[in-house]
Amino acid sequence: MSAARTQGGGRWLGVYVVAYLVFLYLPVLLIPLFSFNNSIQAAFPLQGFTLQWYATLFGNSALTGALLNSLVIGAIAATSATLCGITVSYMDLYGRSPLAATISAIARLPILIPGVIVGISLLILINLIGLGPSRIAIVLGHILVALPTTVVIMRSRFAAIPKTIREAALDLGASDWTTFRRIMLPLSLPAIVSAFMLAFLISFDEFIVVFFLAGTEPTLPLYIWSQLRFPKSLPTVMALGTSILAVSFIIAAAAEILRHRGLSATAPKPADPSQPKQTKRGELQWHST
Amino acid sequence: MSTLVATSAPEARSSQGFRVAMLLPGALVTFLLILFALGLVLFLAFRNNDGSLLGAGFSLANFATVVSDPLYWTVTLRSLIIAALVTLATVVTAYPVAYYLAFHAGRRRGLLLFLVTLPFWTSYLLRVFAWKIVLAYNGVLNSALIESGIWSEPTLAFLNTPAAVVVTLAHAYAPFAILPIYVALDTIPKSLIEAASDLGARPFTSFRRVVLPNSMPGVLAAALVVFVPTVGDYVTPALVGGPASTMIGTLIQAQFGKANDWPFGAALSVAVMLVILCVVLVARFADRRFGSRT
Repeated sequence: MSAARTQGGGRWLGVYVVAYLVFLYLPVLLIPLFSFNNSIQAAFPLQGFTLQWYATLFGNSALTGALLNSLVIGAIAATSATLCGITVSYMDLYGRSPLAATISAIARLPILIPGVIVGISLLILINLIGLGPSRIAIVLGHILVALPTTVVIMRSRFAAIPKTIREAALDLGASDWTTFRRIMLPLSLPAIVSAFMLAFLISFDEFIVVFFLAGTEPTLPLYIWSQLRFPKSLPTVMALGTSILAVSFIIAAAAEILRHRGLSATAPKPADPSQPKQTKRGELQWHST
Repeated sequence: MSTLVATSAPEARSSQGFRVAMLLPGALVTFLLILFALGLVLFLAFRNNDGSLLGAGFSLANFATVVSDPLYWTVTLRSLIIAALVTLATVVTAYPVAYYLAFHAGRRRGLLLFLVTLPFWTSYLLRVFAWKIVLAYNGVLNSALIESGIWSEPTLAFLNTPAAVVVTLAHAYAPFAILPIYVALDTIPKSLIEAASDLGARPFTSFRRVVLPNSMPGVLAAALVVFVPTVGDYVTPALVGGPASTMIGTLIQAQFGKANDWPFGAALSVAVMLVILCVVLVARFADRRFGSRT
């Protein structure tokens, strides 16, 4: 009886989850819907199918420039953030020094700081060191915004690699550097790629911090922001937004698949009681700085 | 013995070099970009605005203005209420989803986890923008209501209200709340729940007395990751909020933009960080008080 009841409860919960997912996706999916709509206004009833808004995306030099900026900044910021995530979490787990633990804790701190304050603190800093608002300033800002994510991903990945593998390498005479480069890095490669992709996405979509740090060369979100004032460019923004959403979905999906595939391939069997907990703790660390 | 020393010395040096190289990137980023930059904000908050980068003199004038001007109390209070409502709405609606994921999802768990985290990686600006086209005067919601005959005329009542800000933020930060609650629920030993039902607890009792208390750390973590970014948000109030829902983030942004009073903006930022610190401390305390004892 009680089993039947929880079953029934599960079914109602299932309905709720579906409704929740609809709420989560419906507003976002309106952007693609209206990007194909033959009307300048986003309103029902739909006015027929068109691709003209997508055509306006081509040959727009301001847009192309912003896209290029976003790609370059995203690539550099994601590379740096991933590098920091690898080193910070590795030293946190294996460095056995209070300094490494402190660095790791501070690296996850930006989660507890509103974006606007991250933005203005960096704005003051870059003006102080004479850099001024520029692309380099944006890269610095995005390293900071992506850092908690890369640290959390890499930390839980390193923690999931059985300790004995690293100890075996060290016992057999490999130096710290060799162990890191030949053993730990290859074993965590899927997570590294995943961290890079997610860091790239964070930078590519970031608006709150970049708003303060951009000079004369805007990124894609800043370009969208500048277009939002003009009702006439609304359909173009929706076509652009649809393209960005599509790319984000693909990259995020690939990152997710990579992260899990890597884990099941090399990580310990689920039967090992100590390991999954470690991963869990790694995920929890995200929030308990 | 001597050979041992001879081989261990360069090894120790290379080990030392490895440590320095590995600590350097993280140390640079955390100490320079995070701690030093935040220190600058704190420093600037105590300076007078004379148009120069770091201001002049030392005074408490900025904080005096923050505390004495009722405008800042109103806006801070409004930000806190909006962020609290958003946090409450997000956590309460996310909890059943996390519960389903942890206990009922079965083979669908992987796919569902992926679906609820996917919006997390899409553009925040676009998610807010979506609500602007939903709520606009000649927007999706109005036209749909008229089309279906429920409404006869479009209404202005949706856009530019604090309610619009709450709904938009709750939607934008929804994916943040599910994961920490799910992780907390998933780590509850199944034996605990079985023990409760073996001892005669009905499903609801075992939920209230076993599952809920054990998931509190996750709930508090979720509340924190939603509360912090929402309390300082300035994008959503600007896009869907209108003048009646100016938030503290909007004021900070204005000080570093149009108003051009950086020291005062820094003081506002310090005030926000203090408020967040209080909330974190309360959450920590609540965690210790109601948190899991496993």
